[in-house]
Amino acid sequence: MDELILQVNNVSVSYQDRGLFRRSDRPPTVKDVSFDLHRGEILGLVGESGCGKSTLSKAILGMLPYQGEIVHFSKRPQMVFQDPYGSLNPAKTVGWIVEEPLRAFGKYDARERKRRVLDMLERVGLGAAYADRRPRELSGGQRQRVGIAVALIQRPRLIIADEPVSALDVTIQARILDLLLELQRDLELSYLFISHDLNVIYQICDRVMVMQGGRIIETGPVEAVFEHPREEYTKKLLAAI
Amino acid sequence: MLDIEDLRVSFIDREDTGEVVHGISLHMDPGERLGLVGESGSGKSVTALTVAGLLKRSRSTVSGRVLFQGRDLLQCPRDELRKIQGREIGMVFQEPMTSLDPLMRVGRQVEEVLRIHTQLPAAQRRRQALEMLERVGLPEPTVCYEKYPHQLSGGQRQRAMIAAALIGHPALLLADEPTTALDVTVQAQILELLKALNRDMGVGILFISHDLNVVRKLCTRVAVMHNGYIVETGPTEDVFRQPKEEYTRQLIAAIPTREKRKR
Repeated sequence: MDELILQVNNVSVSYQDRGLFRRSDRPPTVKDVSFDLHRGEILGLVGESGCGKSTLSKAILGMLPYQGEIVHFSKRPQMVFQDPYGSLNPAKTVGWIVEEPLRAFGKYDARERKRRVLDMLERVGLGAAYADRRPRELSGGQRQRVGIAVALIQRPRLIIADEPVSALDVTIQARILDLLLELQRDLELSYLFISHDLNVIYQICDRVMVMQGGRIIETGPVEAVFEHPREEYTKKLLAAI
Repeated sequence: MLDIEDLRVSFIDREDTGEVVHGISLHMDPGERLGLVGESGSGKSVTALTVAGLLKRSRSTVSGRVLFQGRDLLQCPRDELRKIQGREIGMVFQEPMTSLDPLMRVGRQVEEVLRIHTQLPAAQRRRQALEMLERVGLPEPTVCYEKYPHQLSGGQRQRAMIAAALIGHPALLLADEPTTALDVTVQAQILELLKALNRDMGVGILFISHDLNVVRKLCTRVAVMHNGYIVETGPTEDVFRQPKEEYTRQLIAAIPTREKRKR
């Protein structure tokens, strides 16, 4: 558990306005954020809309310029999104979609790729029969399983999951959380688990960070933070659920 | 106040599903806070739309009875229906931005019901709208009155929608996932507001939601929908503590709670 996967040191992100209506006084969206993420750890990031949690995740993935230091101890973190439908090519089959990252990186021959895809579909609880289906034939929960398969086919060590169950019905949500936990154990994954839902965070995270106004205002083991929140804002969040 | 009897709804253009609500019956007393819960596809929103008269008649067939204060809404002539729906039945939906007109000032939208359904002079409509804006907790009603929807936050827009829905003092407020798009702290405030309005104005609330935690906080009675049927009805706490039906049990078991920590 002490092996580091990700280290974030004093990271700030400011969106730069360009062009005619540029304002120089825009406050940074992420302010001086620091944390470590260890191997096999599920770290929750909770906050309300606009607090900067998704911006922080984009900086970690290298999709935004930032100040400070982000050190990856694993190759290529992968992302699981809230709505996988938006990222699944509707014209292609599930098998093709899951295979795409392997193809794009020129890994393995066609037969080995296919074997890995079928194996992965099995792992996420869909089964090989789903390889020939198309995204629109799938339910929300099944689509999220495809999204997870696409992320995992590249054998990442770190998954950034941004509201992965927020769009799902509650019974489906419980099953996807079980799947994420099972995969985490079997593949020794680390998760940065972003959610607005404190109940979901409490269910599966080891530690939690509470974000407000771009800053991490409170961090600790989930049980400690939920039982004895220090900050007024954390108390307010917990009282609202 | 509201009696739904053997309501069936089918969509004509959907060959694969056909009937989506299979003969449900539901009773609601005046001033009651009733929750209608279910997952997506359960038929809860279709039921709400039927009561609201918002189902396209050309696309659906509806049978059964929807008695509102003794009148069957399914048999009402169109002009009479217009008077009931909107004036006597208020409605709020999940995303206020899609129900609010982006080009119309908030105040004008709040008083729309009065403009359509009453002969009140403009000054009096304005006075009532300002009162209502204040009643739903919007800061500086006179300023809010002049604003456009995009100048309000999500929670403020939902408050404005509630003001517009309640200005005609309806007997029933239909609320379809009104807090789902809001942050939890804002959600809690809106629920408190709905409770207060229910208490002070006596408006009955039919609250449609997928979120059992929210329903538990607001509603005194709950009806659980699944695949187009109402599978269980009862006082909220009874249903939560001792669910009778297998599906209700599954639904409650799936709610993430503190006791069910997985790690």
